[in-house]
Amino acid sequence: MIIDRRNFVRVAGLGALGAAAAPASTLLAEPAASRAKTASAKPLTAKRWAMVVDTRKATEENVRAAIDACHREHNVPDLHGTKDEIKWIWAESFEHAFHEQDLHYIPSAMKQAPTLLLCNHCDDPPCTQVCPTGATFKRERDGIVMMDWHRCIGCRYCIVACPYGSRSFNFRDPRAHIAEIDPEYPTRMRGVVEKCTFCEERLARGREPACVEATKASGMMVFGDLEDPDSEVSRAVRAHFCIRRKPGLGTQPEVYYIVPEVKTRDRPQFPPFEP
Amino acid sequence: MRDLPKIIIGLAIFVIIVAIPLWYNLAGGGAGAMPELVVETEDVPGRDECVLPAGRMRPEHMDLLNRWRDEYVRYGDRDFTDHRGRTFEKSLTKTCLDCHANKDTFCDRCHNYMAVDPYCWDCHVVPEELAGRGGRR
Repeated sequence: MIIDRRNFVRVAGLGALGAAAAPASTLLAEPAASRAKTASAKPLTAKRWAMVVDTRKATEENVRAAIDACHREHNVPDLHGTKDEIKWIWAESFEHAFHEQDLHYIPSAMKQAPTLLLCNHCDDPPCTQVCPTGATFKRERDGIVMMDWHRCIGCRYCIVACPYGSRSFNFRDPRAHIAEIDPEYPTRMRGVVEKCTFCEERLARGREPACVEATKASGMMVFGDLEDPDSEVSRAVRAHFCIRRKPGLGTQPEVYYIVPEVKTRDRPQFPPFEP
Repeated sequence: MRDLPKIIIGLAIFVIIVAIPLWYNLAGGGAGAMPELVVETEDVPGRDECVLPAGRMRPEHMDLLNRWRDEYVRYGDRDFTDHRGRTFEKSLTKTCLDCHANKDTFCDRCHNYMAVDPYCWDCHVVPEELAGRGGRR
């Protein structure tokens, strides 16, 4: 190698880096045995977090309460109606949310009914498979599809991969569009993807997700452990006819929707079948 | 080799000129201006020391924060027990800023002096700045 100025600077830089890394390595090598848990609120834990949304109780107020609670608490910028919209939880008409269902003959009121959509925290999430930095990953211990915003480089592969539109990209600085910043939770920066995290920061403090808490009185949303047969969500999915979004893709979404029974008189009448 | 003395003298003058900052400090006596860091919560009981001894915090705080970040976000390990048995939540804004609420005279002074620009504050919110300057950096 010819020692020109560039190479000299390179080698000197590497040497300095090595010297700086030495104390860091002693820190990282510190035993992890001393980590104790604080006796603050007991965290909520599960093997498989899941949510059941009862579309029969999805009134305009309930839907609005859930969205507002989530977006306020997570410093989600209000860019509604623009192409740069950021959404963690949002409302869509039933027929659009479940467009792959055969909805020709359901009552039109139900077609227009607001349906709450959020990240499905799939069992087999396509978004985590395409992320080149591991910024989004599946927490094997409880099934949450998590975001590590420190690592997101904004490549947006995950947005392309997600079949549910659950991910939003910060095309501009979000802080300018947050009415009131909650210092308890970070904002995001321009160039980062964000989405619902099932309120993992609340679960760690023993609290249910913000949307569930905000609509508790109506019982529109139920949150719990699907692996526990006695949990509220397990009982809800057993007791009702539930559908999931785009089940044919095999992503195994973990947000279930209770749909109202369609009365017989609303169904089309066919002549008796005679072979 | 006739010009060897000239070359040596020229080189010596060059080295002296290049090293002027060193001579200047030696002649001036003492080190150059250092940033004055203010620790505002020194007299709070139980908070007389940081989560590591100050001598370690100074060179290692960035590694500690990176480690906290990964353990907290990726492994859900949220508590840190220090060498004295005190337990802290691994949180920049809740734990670090709890004592060092004066970010501008503690974090920023040294970072500015060292010409480093950590991107923590692009996302993490400083409550004091929120109140005073609309939460902008």
